[in-house]
Amino acid sequence: MPEVAVRELTLGEAVREALAEEMRRDPRVCLIGEDVAEAGTPFKVLSGLVEEFGKSRVIDTPISEAGFTGVAVGAAMTGLRPVVDIMFGDFVTLTMDQMVNQAAKVHYMSGGAWRVPMAMRATLGASRRSAAQHSQSLHAWFSHIPGLKVVLPSTPYDAKGLMKTAIRDENPVIFFEDKMMFKFKGPVPIEEYTIPFGVADIKREGEDITIVATSSMVQVALGAATLLEEIGISAEVVDPRTTWPLDEQTLIESAKKTSRAIVVDEGYERYGVTAEIASVIATGAFYDLDAPVKRIGAMHVPVPFSPHLEDATIPSEQQVFEAARAMCKRS
Amino acid sequence: MTTATNQSKADAGIGSERLLHMYKQMVSIRLFEEQVNDLYTRALMPGLAHLYIGEEAVAVGICEALHRDDYITSTHRGHGHCLAKGAAPDRMFAELLGKEAGYCRGKGGSMHIADPKSGNLGANAIVGGSVGIAAGAAFSAKTLGTKQVAVCFFGEGALGQGLLYEVMNLSRLWDLPVIYVCENNMYNEYTHFSETTAGEILARPAAFGIPGESVDGQDVRAVYATASRLVDQARSGKGPAFLLCNTYRYRGHHVGDVNREYYRAKQEEQRWMADRDPIKLLTDWITGQKLADQAQLDKIQSEAKSEIDAAVEFAVKATYPGLDQVGEDIYA
Repeated sequence: MPEVAVRELTLGEAVREALAEEMRRDPRVCLIGEDVAEAGTPFKVLSGLVEEFGKSRVIDTPISEAGFTGVAVGAAMTGLRPVVDIMFGDFVTLTMDQMVNQAAKVHYMSGGAWRVPMAMRATLGASRRSAAQHSQSLHAWFSHIPGLKVVLPSTPYDAKGLMKTAIRDENPVIFFEDKMMFKFKGPVPIEEYTIPFGVADIKREGEDITIVATSSMVQVALGAATLLEEIGISAEVVDPRTTWPLDEQTLIESAKKTSRAIVVDEGYERYGVTAEIASVIATGAFYDLDAPVKRIGAMHVPVPFSPHLEDATIPSEQQVFEAARAMCKRS
Repeated sequence: MTTATNQSKADAGIGSERLLHMYKQMVSIRLFEEQVNDLYTRALMPGLAHLYIGEEAVAVGICEALHRDDYITSTHRGHGHCLAKGAAPDRMFAELLGKEAGYCRGKGGSMHIADPKSGNLGANAIVGGSVGIAAGAAFSAKTLGTKQVAVCFFGEGALGQGLLYEVMNLSRLWDLPVIYVCENNMYNEYTHFSETTAGEILARPAAFGIPGESVDGQDVRAVYATASRLVDQARSGKGPAFLLCNTYRYRGHHVGDVNREYYRAKQEEQRWMADRDPIKLLTDWITGQKLADQAQLDKIQSEAKSEIDAAVEFAVKATYPGLDQVGEDIYA
């Protein structure tokens, strides 16, 4: 076997390395956002970039999410490839007109005359004890809009390869990083690589049940799969990696193979990503399913502050384990 | 930071060739818009359109001061900006009728015409929605050192949008070559602007340290002279500027807004048309200065009419996009 150089990076380091490599490769790439330069963001994901690339490419902004996102849309249309940084995913609400009415529609409305090659980094995920306005997972909103692409990395390897693809894409891409995973470590090759959008990754192979999971829910699903193994249930964990484009074929094939599927996502369950993926599986694998597709998303409440209340609102390993056990009719 | 433009000096340096070109551009816009209204009333045009009649001097005066590769962003009332920046009437009419030959292949319609070849980043149907895009184009120009400038057209209704102030702040901080052109046609849709606008309009750019001026938006010579100066300043690295153009919308908010007495008097409209018409004002100036006689102007008008008529004919005869195109251009 040829030796492949691999080292362990955190998810935050993997994102930073992808950005740095793309900024070295392409002088049109720039970072725009609040406290992205010397501060390197509150999560320190961008530390060191301003020292290498200077303040003309790592650009601190006023606290004006709509304003600097709009500037990025225009800059992307006219020759730059900006990466916008939204500190907390909850603040994407302030950018919705620029992302949904402008960035997503410019290419189509102009009959293909203009394009918007920009990326937006945002966070998602609860359990940081940050309450209702710093904890939401709003990726379903963007997944709903034609013209946008939505990325949800679950490992450092995926984060790096998908970020490089996001920057090279000719369309607006929203890249959601779970803020609780910035210190999560995993192997990342030293060699250059990218990961295409719309290609799901089977994180664990199994025979009895498929657990489709996104972002940090992949670790929850893998934990549940370990518990299930102890009672003789073999679970397959599939990570779509991008909610749009969506790799429907891999999801359907896995469900056909195992005949059961659970979909786990940290966004709100109602009208959310779990609903769409469950529908894809229910339609595509209907005649091979032994049970209705089960959905597990965030509880339909604003994220509460008090720790034990907050923890109750997001999908847990135990919850996924119990749902799978019930579907496989094991006691 | 504010100065009033001295109109009597505004024409200094504008040659008769340029004045006649601006005359033709204004006449073309008016004829274009009258045809749009006609297409609407004959039910040949799907949807609605927002006519620029009465405001022609603003688009023409500003765009005359720009290079072809300078950028503009436009509004729902955008036909005048598109034409003044150099778009072709035939492809514009085709777009208005939803035809494949249109600038947006029939996918944008009246409110979304865009044309990279003439630097038109697109009309925008969100009031104030393109403020960031214009500043972003200026950001690219500055970063890439291209010496282009960007003009952001918006109506006084956009003064109510927060995005404008976020972006004006950014553009001053970063000294972006962007000119904010506020077309005050006095009506936010169906509401007089005095009911929606607190304080002085020019105090707003002043708060960000952006130089602001007002100009008679019916006087194309004044608009052109002022715009030329502001564009030169932006191009030479002096950063953003704000130009308030006082003008008047002759017609309704859109082509279907015919009975307007509940929000403004007919006498007000008639006064503007009789005393402040931008084409009449320029005609009087040109003939008064003996730069051309009425016969020459009539000839220009009839040339413009032939072009507009031919453009309408082109659009009416053009084909609709095939259904196979509905899913194209979602992603690049």
